Amino acid sequence: MLCKRIIPCLDVNKGRVVKGVKFLNLKDAGDPVEAAYRYNRSGADEIVFLDITASFEKRKTIVDVVKKTAAKVFIPLTVGGGIRTVNDMAELLFNGADKVSINTAAVNNPQLIKQGAKKFGSQCIVLAVDAKRKCKNKWEVYTHGGRTPTGIDVIYWVKKAVKLGAGEILLTSMDADGTKQGYDIELNKAVSDAIPVPVIASGGAGSPEHMLRVLKYGKADAVLAASIFHYKEYTIKTVKKYLASHGIKVRM
Amino acid sequence: MKKYLSVINYGMGNLHSVIKSLQYLNIPAKITDKNKEIKNSIGIILPGVGAFKDAMKELRIRKLINLIKEEVIVGKPILGICLGMQLLFTESYEFGRFQGLNFIKGKVIKFKTDLKVPHIGWNSVTFNKKSLLLKGIKNNSYFYFVHSYYCVPEDKKVILTKTKYGNIIFASGVEYKNIYGFQFHPEKSSENALKIYKNFFEICKK
Repeated sequence: MLCKRIIPCLDVNKGRVVKGVKFLNLKDAGDPVEAAYRYNRSGADEIVFLDITASFEKRKTIVDVVKKTAAKVFIPLTVGGGIRTVNDMAELLFNGADKVSINTAAVNNPQLIKQGAKKFGSQCIVLAVDAKRKCKNKWEVYTHGGRTPTGIDVIYWVKKAVKLGAGEILLTSMDADGTKQGYDIELNKAVSDAIPVPVIASGGAGSPEHMLRVLKYGKADAVLAASIFHYKEYTIKTVKKYLASHGIKVRM
Repeated sequence: MKKYLSVINYGMGNLHSVIKSLQYLNIPAKITDKNKEIKNSIGIILPGVGAFKDAMKELRIRKLINLIKEEVIVGKPILGICLGMQLLFTESYEFGRFQGLNFIKGKVIKFKTDLKVPHIGWNSVTFNKKSLLLKGIKNNSYFYFVHSYYCVPEDKKVILTKTKYGNIIFASGVEYKNIYGFQFHPEKSSENALKIYKNFFEICKK
């Protein structure tokens, strides 16, 4: 039986792991290669690097981080942030990333999803969506790291993206992100019900119970978390033990 | 001359990850599409992610189909990974109907299930028979999968490992004479899984 995945997310700024609240107040949280290695050792199912530097000159830094990580971490690596072209994707994939996650560039140019999927396969293309709640069961897509509202409905957008070839959805609730009050269950369920590809729940993880809830009631296929792992509030092992004891299939 | 594996370079997918694993294990390997280098190698790894049709087309353009067939027929071990395993079969129904390398009789078909496709993530792998390739690996270990199509061999005796997704139990590994294939990615299934590449190299050295 397929396991639910636990995915630590590393926000990388200028070659360092950082963590903020609601995309603000960044704090240093260590070396990304070391962190990825440590997470791999403690049972992470995948690693996500989000390059929040997002400036062209600094792109090399993330490529270097990916390269170093891929040489000693043998689980899937996803990289997102600042990817604008098929060439950006190729550079990351050839240096050791297994998947690339695109957000703003996909909204600006949905054909990028299609081009990427055609060239590298859908399994390489993760669509990252930053969703902000408008009212009950309505969410709006935001871009540029959560700064720009687009007027696009989240459900409409994920359906379209999957048709174009997105193989997975990395779904961040902007309302929940950094609050540690739990994932947006309704958002995850709405998206998961709307599309046939896996959904990675992101934003709001504060405890293993939050993860259990979004996997069980939010129908998520994987959970992403940052600060609860970085600050060693919980280890991946303790989270997995908790989930397993509540009937969730995880890789131990 | 130093013994090495050839990792077939035909412009498809996960080449890089496979090579990183081999480097980590100190297994000599060449990424190649050159006739001579493939002939001089002691074993072939056929990686691949992407579409079946495109993969066969790329192999054909590089004049690799007959070469690989000649090498495999005289007994050189070949290990197909993911799409590479599917290519070992007679035919695939991905976006039409396309001929494969036909080392193993059978077809490649899409998951028909209420579950999510692609099948992405860690799933358990149950041994169906004994093999040197699985030495040091525990039965029912977890491996990382990412695929929408799966292989259905005609002769069930070739099935090396089985995996269950939804209600479907499919061949996640095959072994037939000198022909081996895995639907999962050993190079993405954590360090323990890399033993498969080590075991394959040992088989090739014999």
